[in-house]
Amino acid sequence: MPTRIPEVVRKAAFALTASTALLLSTTACTGQSATDASDDASKETTLTFWHAWSAPSEVKAVQALVAGFEKTHPNIHVKVVGNMTDDKIDQALRAGGSTAPDVISSFTTNNVGTFCSSGALVDLNPFFEKANIDPQTTFPKAMNQYTQFEGDRCAVPLLGDAYGLYYNRTAFEKAGITAPPKTWSEFEADAKKLTITQGATYKQLGFMPDYHGWETTTEHYMGQFGPTYFDASGKSTIATDPAVAAAFTTQKKLVDELGGFRKLETFRAGLGDEWGPKHPFHTGQVAMQLDGEWRLGMALEAEPAFEIGVAPLPVPDDQADRYGRGYITGTIASIAATSRKQNAAWELVKYMTTDTDAVVAFSNAIHNVPSTLAALKSPDLKYDPRFKTFLDIAANPNSTTAPASVNGGVYLTTVQQLGYDYESGKVTDLAAGLKKAAAQIDTDIAQAK
Amino acid sequence: MATTHTLRAKHRRSALRTLAFLSPWLIGFAVFFAYPMISTVYFSFMHYDGFRPPTWSGTKNWTYVFAHYPFFWPALRNTLWLVVIMVTLRVLFGLGIGMLITKIKTATGVFRTLFYLPYLAPPVAATMAFAFLLNPGTGPVNSLLESVGIPAPGWFNDPDWSKPALTLMFLWGVGDLMVIFMAALLDVPKEQYEAAELDGASAWQRFRFVTLPNISPIIMFAVVTGVIAAMQCYTQPLVAGKVASGVIQGAGTMFEPGYPEHSTLTLPQLVYNLGFQRFDYGSACVVALVLFALSMAFTALLMRRRGGLIQAGD
Repeated sequence: MPTRIPEVVRKAAFALTASTALLLSTTACTGQSATDASDDASKETTLTFWHAWSAPSEVKAVQALVAGFEKTHPNIHVKVVGNMTDDKIDQALRAGGSTAPDVISSFTTNNVGTFCSSGALVDLNPFFEKANIDPQTTFPKAMNQYTQFEGDRCAVPLLGDAYGLYYNRTAFEKAGITAPPKTWSEFEADAKKLTITQGATYKQLGFMPDYHGWETTTEHYMGQFGPTYFDASGKSTIATDPAVAAAFTTQKKLVDELGGFRKLETFRAGLGDEWGPKHPFHTGQVAMQLDGEWRLGMALEAEPAFEIGVAPLPVPDDQADRYGRGYITGTIASIAATSRKQNAAWELVKYMTTDTDAVVAFSNAIHNVPSTLAALKSPDLKYDPRFKTFLDIAANPNSTTAPASVNGGVYLTTVQQLGYDYESGKVTDLAAGLKKAAAQIDTDIAQAK
Repeated sequence: MATTHTLRAKHRRSALRTLAFLSPWLIGFAVFFAYPMISTVYFSFMHYDGFRPPTWSGTKNWTYVFAHYPFFWPALRNTLWLVVIMVTLRVLFGLGIGMLITKIKTATGVFRTLFYLPYLAPPVAATMAFAFLLNPGTGPVNSLLESVGIPAPGWFNDPDWSKPALTLMFLWGVGDLMVIFMAALLDVPKEQYEAAELDGASAWQRFRFVTLPNISPIIMFAVVTGVIAAMQCYTQPLVAGKVASGVIQGAGTMFEPGYPEHSTLTLPQLVYNLGFQRFDYGSACVVALVLFALSMAFTALLMRRRGGLIQAGD
């Protein structure tokens, strides 16, 4: 039988627990201290630069880029840390401290809105003004759009990704198709012509339209339709913009015409992975692929048994004049708000993102699309002639992107979720689905504000 | 007076001694339980994105999670499904395997090792292996089923089959329960079986009236720890959903949690999604508190039943 704990002990235990808890909880509420750019960039200093690249060739390319900077800025040394995921970057931006990065580079543009509005990254507008660089005339339109939120430019494009159409030229010839499709009607007809069934599955599928077909996300399809995601007041327009409904309908038609959702999903589940040599486009299992500029190098490396063709993705039949556009996204570079060396950090960011020679050399090494208009036209760019398609898509003023939002890419997941439900037949009334999704997007944004 | 004074001093010394002995636990309790707990409650009423100082938002986060966050109810349903179905099956299966192995006369060590080994497999590797085995298009399981004319399920790609597929994987890793049950089964006094046999008890009656009462504390332990583990189930459904969906989070894409159709979404995934992907720590705290309340409720319910389950004394 346990004895009763004396009252004094109980009281002391409670007091100790409560006071420790209160002490700790109050310290947790402390916000971050603001930093200002008062450092002298001409003095000897060392910056920490975190990036996400991890492949040996990519890491080497980043090192070469930084070496170029150190050569032009001998007083600024850069400690480069690679393979940094967004999660790690987020944590470091929150925590700050002596080991935190001064300059970060992320593969995703999804969090730009959150970072800009929360002040986690420095607004670069004053730096651009001081350096006399106009971002509007320096970067392609879409890239300009995804690196800022409500006038706060907290990121700069550092190489970009453009989405286009890869096609199996040999399969095209066999099917009697002479040129890549320019409109979605032509695309649908070609996809059907290229589809060869084999029992309950496919010997060759014209195109994998499912939203789980890696890059065939809702926003990538929609990029070809020129959607507006938000109105001037920041409310979702997906229920009222006909471009959105048109994109959903086009994809659903492709799903239905090419065999139906279940059959396609079963086929997809058995395909090789997106980043491996057994990618279904490399193996000839699918004849057309919506993908980014990086696929060309990967496909060539896999030495496929057919000739690879590259073209812009189709556009809606009534927007034939917009053919040549594509969806654009990319890597971004930013300065951490916790950095105490923001002027020196700006020198590095400026060099990496606006120095034409540096951007071109980095693009040549990484095989991504250059992120300045000058670099896109540079004669020093070395590339396979087919890569030119992506340079043109990136420079095309009609190319689109998904705008930054206060809660990052949450609205994209909501749209994508509707896409999953619509393609699988769970949602049949598209107009009602879009209305509900728009209301959800507005609620999510209100929650984040 | 002097006696009272001495008594007080004695009490004080005793209290201090008790406190000194309790202090390691008290510090641990304050730092690892009380502080996180109080913070979680505090932040559930705050708007906090991790960057700006938190601001009071009243019940906004609670309303958002319960009324507007589309993933909450599916995740709650899935978590409850895992708690009820998966835990029951795991206990039954673990007990069954444990009983079988205690009955085996030869090569017991081999069987013990064979059944225990899968438990040691790292969760991510085990899930990847199951995603490969259960691939609806190319997996060997479906090839086998099809060859004998059984309609092959979509497993992790079908919302109706994804949770059974997960359960199957958890049953495969039942080695921990098997070992515990084996120890308990071998601990049942032999004379009780002998007495039951002399009374003419059948095998079922021996199990019902001898084995079960003797191992009921262990069953209780397995159920309570199983419920808590099921509540915290995060890695396996996340990896299974990610692998099966084919979506790799990259530039411009966002991962859909709970593929397919939210069927593998669990409450811990929501805590991560809200807190670390949406930077909405307030709402993440609400989900964490729901999870805590549910764990407490389940454990309390099971502990109340304890008296009924334990008959042989503990």
